[in-house]
Amino acid sequence: MMNDLNRRDFLLRSCSSLTAVWVSSHWPSLLSAATHARQAVQAPETAKLGFLTPAQAVEIDAICARIIPTTDTPGAHEAGVVYFIDRALTTFAVDQQKDYHEGLPEIEGRAHEMFPAIDKFSAATPEQQDEILHTFEATDVKVSRRPYTPRKNGNSFFETVRTHTIVAFLLDPDAGGDPKGVGWTVIGREREHMFHAPFGYYDKDYAGWRAISPASDKGQS
Amino acid sequence: MTPDMPKYKTSDEVDFVVVGSGAAGGIIAKELSQNGFRVVVLEQGPYLTEADFTHNEIKVLGEDLLTNHPKLQPNTFRKTSSEVAKQQRTIMYGRLVGGTSVHFTANFWRLHEIDFVERSKIGPIAGTGLADWPITYADLEPYYTKVEWEIGVSGLAGASPFDPPRSKPYPMPPLPTKSSGVLLEQAGRKLGWNPFPAPMAILSQPRAGRSACVNCGFCLGFGCEVGAKSSSLAAAIRVAEKTGRCEIRPNSYVHKIEVDATGRATGAVYFDAQRNVHLQKAKAVVISANGAETPRLLLLSANKQFPNGLANSSGLVGKYLMFNSGAVSIGVFEEPLNDYKGFAVSRVIHDFYELDAQKVGFYGGGGIDARFDLTPIGFANGALPPGTPRWGKAFKDTLAHNFTRSMEVMSHGTSLPLETNNFSLDANVKDDWGLPALCTTYQDHPDDLKLATWLNARGLELLDAAGAKQKWSFPIEEQSFAVHLLGTCRMGNDPKTSVINADHRTHDVKNLFLCDGSSMVTSGRGQPTMTIEALAFRASDRIRDLAKRGEIA
Repeated sequence: MMNDLNRRDFLLRSCSSLTAVWVSSHWPSLLSAATHARQAVQAPETAKLGFLTPAQAVEIDAICARIIPTTDTPGAHEAGVVYFIDRALTTFAVDQQKDYHEGLPEIEGRAHEMFPAIDKFSAATPEQQDEILHTFEATDVKVSRRPYTPRKNGNSFFETVRTHTIVAFLLDPDAGGDPKGVGWTVIGREREHMFHAPFGYYDKDYAGWRAISPASDKGQS
Repeated sequence: MTPDMPKYKTSDEVDFVVVGSGAAGGIIAKELSQNGFRVVVLEQGPYLTEADFTHNEIKVLGEDLLTNHPKLQPNTFRKTSSEVAKQQRTIMYGRLVGGTSVHFTANFWRLHEIDFVERSKIGPIAGTGLADWPITYADLEPYYTKVEWEIGVSGLAGASPFDPPRSKPYPMPPLPTKSSGVLLEQAGRKLGWNPFPAPMAILSQPRAGRSACVNCGFCLGFGCEVGAKSSSLAAAIRVAEKTGRCEIRPNSYVHKIEVDATGRATGAVYFDAQRNVHLQKAKAVVISANGAETPRLLLLSANKQFPNGLANSSGLVGKYLMFNSGAVSIGVFEEPLNDYKGFAVSRVIHDFYELDAQKVGFYGGGGIDARFDLTPIGFANGALPPGTPRWGKAFKDTLAHNFTRSMEVMSHGTSLPLETNNFSLDANVKDDWGLPALCTTYQDHPDDLKLATWLNARGLELLDAAGAKQKWSFPIEEQSFAVHLLGTCRMGNDPKTSVINADHRTHDVKNLFLCDGSSMVTSGRGQPTMTIEALAFRASDRIRDLAKRGEIA
């Protein structure tokens, strides 16, 4: 599935930015999720999981790492996205627990059906993992190896993880997001909240406003 | 809240109760209290201040910290009255002290002379309610100037050859020119058009104890943490409080205007934060609840005397709704614009404000601006090129490349007033207080869609002329979501074809006044708040004069 073009959605996003998944959530818990993620990233060996089991966390981390992969720049794994999600699921995103409960066995099942040699998503190669995840996006995907039997709510699970991953990655690092600011660094968003002109390449040599001379004709019709 | 703010009892018959504290209500509260009147402002939302504002997208945008809440206040939508309306988010407005002016883009164009007299100039358009205003641009000009100087607008007088006459220059220079503004200016001039520095209700210089803009980049949708955005909160409410005569009462959801046997309004009935019901008594009532909630409140106030809703003898309360037509294109450039820095808009084009219907084949006109008003999460979710994968390496790479290199070209234009486009009370869905939800019935006039398509084509030409490496548009579709809520209690001289007169007094209830987007007779070209605020200043003068002459009670 590609990015759809839809002005209504665009306007809603530019006004709301987030999907309905987030609307029911409440803020103090989110801060808690962010704090937890920060502690977890800073001291992974002592990080505690609140909702996911360690084994489940490995699977979610593997999914997040395909949604925003580690390339020549860091990705969802380095940003500690899985810890953000874990805390979210016991707090503001408690409504999405069901998606994860149903989705985790679903993804394990698909992994095994498509690639019988593996029993866990995290055990697949990155290419295999992408192939598995693509099946969550389409209803008529033809997989190259073996077919799978889609179960109810599988696709909403992937949509939920995707949304959670993007939000965790890009939320303002100084207002509840990943405190290392990995996501902002990756997209080139300077971690400041006060800027002075010039801002970018095209205004750095701007000479300042000059009226057009002579005054152009008034009106075009 | 300032220490000067008085606290009235609900049983105190104050001079005015004002419903809503936004663009119009905040100014009316300020003006009336400065003129010696005792005022209570009932605001349904909370009283937040700069200290409460944050750049957190989940809190502000996802959880509707500043806006009407879709779960507590559901909306329904349908295209025509023959459909059963479906529940969906249809309108968005600021639900806090200061209203939508707290989180708006702050594009502050004046209307032009044509907007007030277009019906006379071009004649009727079949099937529409296109009408002249009962006032002209000249009547409103002093009040536009008042907005610029008292509320705070940055801009450059004379920069646009299409600007209507003005009595004074702007009180401060334009904000800095963003890369998107430079690109629009260069491209526009290449095409023979006249881009000009955007008039913005954001301070470019410190003023009246408020900071100048610090270019933080979280502007549209967010409350300003330094008070630079010229919201009613920053520029009017506090002035009103300092008179010692104006009480701002937040968390007060007005759901009925009380009327006595003689047909006079006696006050406003509201739920407090604990949902206890009170009646605030007043000699006169001003409703500035926005173009959706003002007509809804009138309809909710129906009684035996006014079975079709208060002040609705014309049957036009809620009707002639206009959203403003519009379109968005996005361009991606070779080098970083870093347009996430700063406010949204620094250049505007008004060459197409008044199109000749004979030549283009449809009614309308509009403006085009260059902007970037997206947060990082919003950008990732909504502003990547069509065909970009939604996850994975290509998604990440495109996001990382485009975030600093993208700009939007946004077109804004007229909407024709149609009686069939309206707000009404939903027959089935209730809000969290058990009151009928707001139902929107709306279908763009074909000319509005043609205009949006035409303006968007100019937007794409601009992106080409600016040297965009990639560009695309969102499809022009019939609108089902809006933030501009206009025309629903229109102003006019004839009580049969309008709801309020030129003094903003309802034709039917002598001591009831309405002022906000609902008062507008035509939609303008897309940036209504400046006009709503000018109307509020003017309405305040008219109401003051009527009160001082003893003509309200």
